[in-house]
Amino acid sequence: MTTIVSEKLKADVRNLSFYYTEVQALKKVNLPIAENRITALIGPSGCGKTTYLRCFNRMHDLYPGNRYDGEILLYPDGMNIVDPKVDPIEVRMRISMVFQKPNPFPKTVYENVAYGLRVRGENRKGLLDEKVEKALRQAALWDEVHDRIYDLAFNLSGGQQQRLCIARALATEPEILLFDEPTSALDPTATLKIEELIMRLKKDVTIIIVTHNMQQAARVSDYTAFMYLGEIIEFDRTDKIFTHPSKKLTEDYITGRFG
Amino acid sequence: MKRKLSSKIKERAIEGILLLSALSSIFITLSIVFILFYEASGFFRDVSIWEFLTGTQWTPLFAQPKFGILPLVSGTLLVTGIAVLVALPVGLIVAVYLSEYAPFKIKEVAKPILELLAAVPTVVYGYFALLFLTPILRNFIPELSGFNALSPGIIMGIMIIPYVSSVSEDSMKAVPMQIREGSYAMGATKFQTAFKVVIPSAFSGIAAAFIIGISRAIGETMVVAIAAGMMPNLTLNPIEPIQTLTAYIVGVSLGDVPHGTLEYKTIFAAGITLFFMTLFLNILGFWFRRRIREVY
Amino acid sequence: MPHDEKITQEIRRRIAHNKFRDHLFWIIGLFSTLIGFVVLFTLIIDLFADGFPRLSWSFLTSYPSRFAEKAGILSAWVGTTLVMIVTAAAAVPLGIAAGVYLEEYSKKNWLTHLIEINMNNLAGVPSIIYGLLALGLFVYFLKLGESILTGGLTLGLLILPMVVIATRESIRAIPNSIREASYALGATKWQTIKDHILPYSISGILTGMIIGLSRAIGETAPIITVGALTFIAFLPSSPVTSTFPFFSFKWLFDPFTVMPIQMFNWISRPQKEFHVNAAAAGIILLLMTLIMNGFAIYLRYKFRKRIKW
Repeated sequence: MTTIVSEKLKADVRNLSFYYTEVQALKKVNLPIAENRITALIGPSGCGKTTYLRCFNRMHDLYPGNRYDGEILLYPDGMNIVDPKVDPIEVRMRISMVFQKPNPFPKTVYENVAYGLRVRGENRKGLLDEKVEKALRQAALWDEVHDRIYDLAFNLSGGQQQRLCIARALATEPEILLFDEPTSALDPTATLKIEELIMRLKKDVTIIIVTHNMQQAARVSDYTAFMYLGEIIEFDRTDKIFTHPSKKLTEDYITGRFG
Repeated sequence: MKRKLSSKIKERAIEGILLLSALSSIFITLSIVFILFYEASGFFRDVSIWEFLTGTQWTPLFAQPKFGILPLVSGTLLVTGIAVLVALPVGLIVAVYLSEYAPFKIKEVAKPILELLAAVPTVVYGYFALLFLTPILRNFIPELSGFNALSPGIIMGIMIIPYVSSVSEDSMKAVPMQIREGSYAMGATKFQTAFKVVIPSAFSGIAAAFIIGISRAIGETMVVAIAAGMMPNLTLNPIEPIQTLTAYIVGVSLGDVPHGTLEYKTIFAAGITLFFMTLFLNILGFWFRRRIREVY
Repeated sequence: MPHDEKITQEIRRRIAHNKFRDHLFWIIGLFSTLIGFVVLFTLIIDLFADGFPRLSWSFLTSYPSRFAEKAGILSAWVGTTLVMIVTAAAAVPLGIAAGVYLEEYSKKNWLTHLIEINMNNLAGVPSIIYGLLALGLFVYFLKLGESILTGGLTLGLLILPMVVIATRESIRAIPNSIREASYALGATKWQTIKDHILPYSISGILTGMIIGLSRAIGETAPIITVGALTFIAFLPSSPVTSTFPFFSFKWLFDPFTVMPIQMFNWISRPQKEFHVNAAAAGIILLLMTLIMNGFAIYLRYKFRKRIKW
């Protein structure tokens, strides 16, 4: 698998298995994650792509009865993200996530973006102002909200709220940004805006995106992995996967024969 | 970025404090049980359980004291019985009406009123029972004594209606609409559906509501202390004055009750009797709910 | 042919019979629901009719006395206020802490189950048993005496289950996506609770607290049991003093009385004039309860509109 990616890696997934109590949801997944590139995960419902994504920031730790096996190595230091001895909070300070349905806090736009910084102990107004503006600009939201950053986030539209969640995730300057079906709850115009945004972001941060929308994966990503029943069926450069898939299962999924 | 050790210690400490707060409920229960048993045991060192449970006179503060608890228990049961006769049927009918019949507007008015009915301080109910209801009842029952079991019993019944009706209604609301539709589709009226289909489905919740009501009646103090009298009386006649377990405890506490005296011990003896009565009810309720769950 | 007609007639009769019962029940149901309204209404009118003559500024500012016209509820409402301060201080932090633990920290094991069973059970324990507990534990064992502190702690224990339940329900209303968003940003459990869970549930908790306090204000039996006096013609020590450090805790250990006890005392007197006083005290007590409950209902309504999950 590693030979497919000839560029510098940000993370390497090695024989990752995951168990929901007794059920095995991920079966020895191997996947290199290229730095400053967008890696997409596609597959039918229940194939394990969201489960896989949530291993990266140890979200599964919030619920009892879950177990990781194998490694996710984060470079440059080589820390194993899923090692039980590694503090999940540390992991989440380096890896951020944007969720499927926009989930801003019932606070002001400013406080939403600033929260990640406050959690790290940063409370100096000058520094916060600077970082909040930078994150909102990166998320292509600054122009629309700069005059109401002290308004409640709930007053923004759905697409704006999702960009706010992206800004919130960016404010802490993460090394990897995880997207869990970020546009499935949005209309086509908002979706397009966010896809463009994600492509601009890759120069600053490594991106992994889970999507059930194949066209989105084809438009946006550099590498694509196709998953089925907890395993990686095929992984390759995006253009190769969508034009000449090597596995029949992949081809069936891409052409819509199932899923 | 390694998280500081001090932050991890702080997290643990906070969890510990919160756990202790949650454990307080166990601590309180244990304290209640311990205090009741400890103080009551002091009583039973001087008085035989046999006399306590079978004696028909309760005059612990007389020169020739008698320690039979039956008059107080019968007083409690008599008033409770009257209250329950009012509260359970009316409470259930109100619940059925609100859940199956009432239009939204009526529900909006009725529910806050029932909440308020439950919120009225019991001393006020006691006042009402003694100085309003008893004189009115006297018009129909001339032999009605000034202190009696009937008046507080009725008032207590009304006081408890909200408890019975709200718990019953909640469990009826939980019955899915499909079950009702099945009945209506066969040509049944609301009345038939309510009584033949909804109530049986909601049975365990309704039984729980009844037990809550009975429990509340048994533990009520001020209404009976004010309107039923302070004279222990072994009788089933509601027009006579009686004293309940709860009223006895309050009556004694109004005076001086130094620690360790006989009076002090008697109120704990009454208290532990009350405790066992409500415990029995709770177990009955628990057993009931278990059985119903098995049947359905 | 006549055979079919007979069956149809039979069916129609059955339907009419059923419908009659249905309508009859509709009437009975409405009538039963009205009983509550009628009683509440009658009670309020009766109380006002009896007690209104006694309501006056001097009634609120006089001590009890042997003369009914001169007797007032000053010591009683001051006592109630001070006891409520202790009750809230005891029940609210403890109740919120227990509620937070049960919703955010506890796992589904036997200990949690035991805690919950106890909490639900305690909600149904007769209030007078709390009085007996307090008598043995606070008055004698901990030697806190027959004081405001004891009274407040007793009522605090009594309303504790209410605060816990209100806290738990408010916390449960917060969607999990908010928690995940907070954790995903690297927040610890306590940070998530402090910055999100508590602020977003505070309105529900406040409502529960007000309802609990309104119940505590009307409680008489446990307070009598712990030795509140029924006739006091003095006030507890003031919490504010004129010398350094300008506040004192002495009032916690002073003897006291509360409004419902004062009303009870006046009802128990044979003289009719005192019954008037009792009614007046009852009006004030009822007003306090109704206002607090009304306020809680209003808060519940207002906050439900603000945060729309």
